[in-house]
Amino acid sequence: MEEQVLAAVQGFMYPNEMELQWSVLIVLYPFLTGLVAGAFILASLVKVFKVEEVKPTYRLALLTALSFLLVAPLPLQLHLGHPERSLEMYLTPHTTSAMAMFGFVYLWYLMAVLVLEIWLDYRVEMVHLGKTRPGLLGRVYRWMTLGVDDVSPEARRADAKVAQFLTIIGIPSAFLLHGYVGFLFGSVKANPWWSTPLMPIVFLFSAIVSGIALVLVMYMTITFVQGKEIPMPCVDTIGRYLLYAFLIDFSLEMLDLLHRVYEADESFKSLDFMVKTRLYTSQVLVQIVLGTLVPIGLLALVQMVKLTEGARKGIYVVAASLTLIGIFAMRWNVVIGGQLFSKSFLGYTSYKMGFATREGLLPAILLLLLPFGLLWGLVKLLPPWEEPETEASGSGELAA
Amino acid sequence: MSKSRRELLLEGGKVLVMTAAASAAFEDVMAGHPEKAHGYEMGDHWWAMAIDVEKCVGCGNCVRACKEENGVSRQPYYFRTWVERYHVRGDQPEHPEVDSPNGGYDGFPEKFRVDDGGKSFFVPKLCNHCAHSPCTQVCPVGATFESPDGVVLVDKTYCLGCRYCVQACPYGCRFIDPATNTVDKCTLCYHRITKGLTTACVESCPTGARELGDLKDPSDPIHEFLRTHKTQVLKPQMATGSKLFYNGLDGSVR
Repeated sequence: MEEQVLAAVQGFMYPNEMELQWSVLIVLYPFLTGLVAGAFILASLVKVFKVEEVKPTYRLALLTALSFLLVAPLPLQLHLGHPERSLEMYLTPHTTSAMAMFGFVYLWYLMAVLVLEIWLDYRVEMVHLGKTRPGLLGRVYRWMTLGVDDVSPEARRADAKVAQFLTIIGIPSAFLLHGYVGFLFGSVKANPWWSTPLMPIVFLFSAIVSGIALVLVMYMTITFVQGKEIPMPCVDTIGRYLLYAFLIDFSLEMLDLLHRVYEADESFKSLDFMVKTRLYTSQVLVQIVLGTLVPIGLLALVQMVKLTEGARKGIYVVAASLTLIGIFAMRWNVVIGGQLFSKSFLGYTSYKMGFATREGLLPAILLLLLPFGLLWGLVKLLPPWEEPETEASGSGELAA
Repeated sequence: MSKSRRELLLEGGKVLVMTAAASAAFEDVMAGHPEKAHGYEMGDHWWAMAIDVEKCVGCGNCVRACKEENGVSRQPYYFRTWVERYHVRGDQPEHPEVDSPNGGYDGFPEKFRVDDGGKSFFVPKLCNHCAHSPCTQVCPVGATFESPDGVVLVDKTYCLGCRYCVQACPYGCRFIDPATNTVDKCTLCYHRITKGLTTACVESCPTGARELGDLKDPSDPIHEFLRTHKTQVLKPQMATGSKLFYNGLDGSVR
């Protein structure tokens, strides 16, 4: 074992630094929460900013956010040395710890924002389905209404008002959720790769980018599979917003990079060497070129040149998929990259990922697939396709 | 033993508000005696260590003694204390050549020639027992904490094993104990110093390169050491309130 560990090391590491502390599972955590925050921001484009073109994706975005949010704490749980003690974070939180606040930010976002907003948005349908669906399924819907079956116009107006309010507080909450994840890394002064006040805001914008990209790909895929026409005004608008968010995100990341290069503080040589060697593929090639410059170029092309519908659709799918890869690489480069160099700035190590181990590639892949499974179930239970207006009449169309 | 009504009400109130276990623990917390050592008052001490780089010969006694005394994993790369060897060419203070084979546990095989134009020295390292420790700040449940007598400790029955503190320590002093899956670090031999003994590393150092000091004890020799030597702490820019005071610390040491 000793030789194996030493073989990965170049230069000098403090002896206790030989073991990498945070694995691929901790890469998943900011990636998943980022998708949640981004999907929610896309949904709020409809409700708060009244971007009507994006409306067909509203409910899908909310359900996506919920599915990914439910899975987000699982990689953390799997990573803990003592997962059975994790409840202590709620019971005896240490108030100076950024991590201790995770539980509360998470619960607030899950229960006070996301679940409540989805519940309000689907309430009328749930009441209807509870009355029309037979057997167990009907009972599930009735249970989901929590006994509130008033669907009078006044009640629905009240619902809409509360939902509107929720979305408005939802935006700062989504910002909080992911800005907080950035702060978790950005506040570690011992680690110069992480320690920057820009970290929360870089995380936030990359989150928005990844969430929009995810909903765009899924919406197009699902619509295509259903054999329906993809509404071009909708995907064109999302593509445009993706480009805007990406430009802000990229500018922030470049600002961070420029700042580091220009200041060139004591850690710079060490980090510069790392980026040019051990992180070159994942940082320069995958994150910056393939995952950022290419999708930005493609999305900008749509704005500058008049392209056919087919070409635009193709570009959106390719650009959004590359974006997701790029943002995952960004999370990887932050989490893993931040552990590849010694805090003595005198050496480097490398990360060896296991496969079917507790923190290996296999559990990571399963955890990445799990939200899609949850989303599939949620979509079956709460179909996001129909507009609330069509069901208000109480027609039997929902069964279709 | 008779109780006043006031005492009875207080005790009854505590039992009502807290569980029986919590109310029993409350007594200990208020008494400030987690170690319960006879005659040891935490408030009377403020522990620190003086380290003289000039005196360290890199024998590795401290590393071995520490592992033995504290049952630290013998696997390589888990250390509560370790020794680093620096070799610095005069014109390249920014590029020291550093090694610490097995943390210095087996001593240091000779590597550099005397006349190669550089200087060599050993730097013993351990937890800095910072007064403003970034590691305790980040612990989500407060399982690691600064004791009132200035020692950074870990409650292993409470640690989640999230490893955030390992990331937050600028000096690489923490690791996850493979036996317990909880964090482990130097306790400054708390079980010894609260009984009037010194730490295992200090005890075993043949040259007196390390000395435990109590900054609250005016007669402790550490005051003389700090007065008569030009001392430095590691990474002062981190502003952690480190309490390891090094004499003869070269500017190249990280």
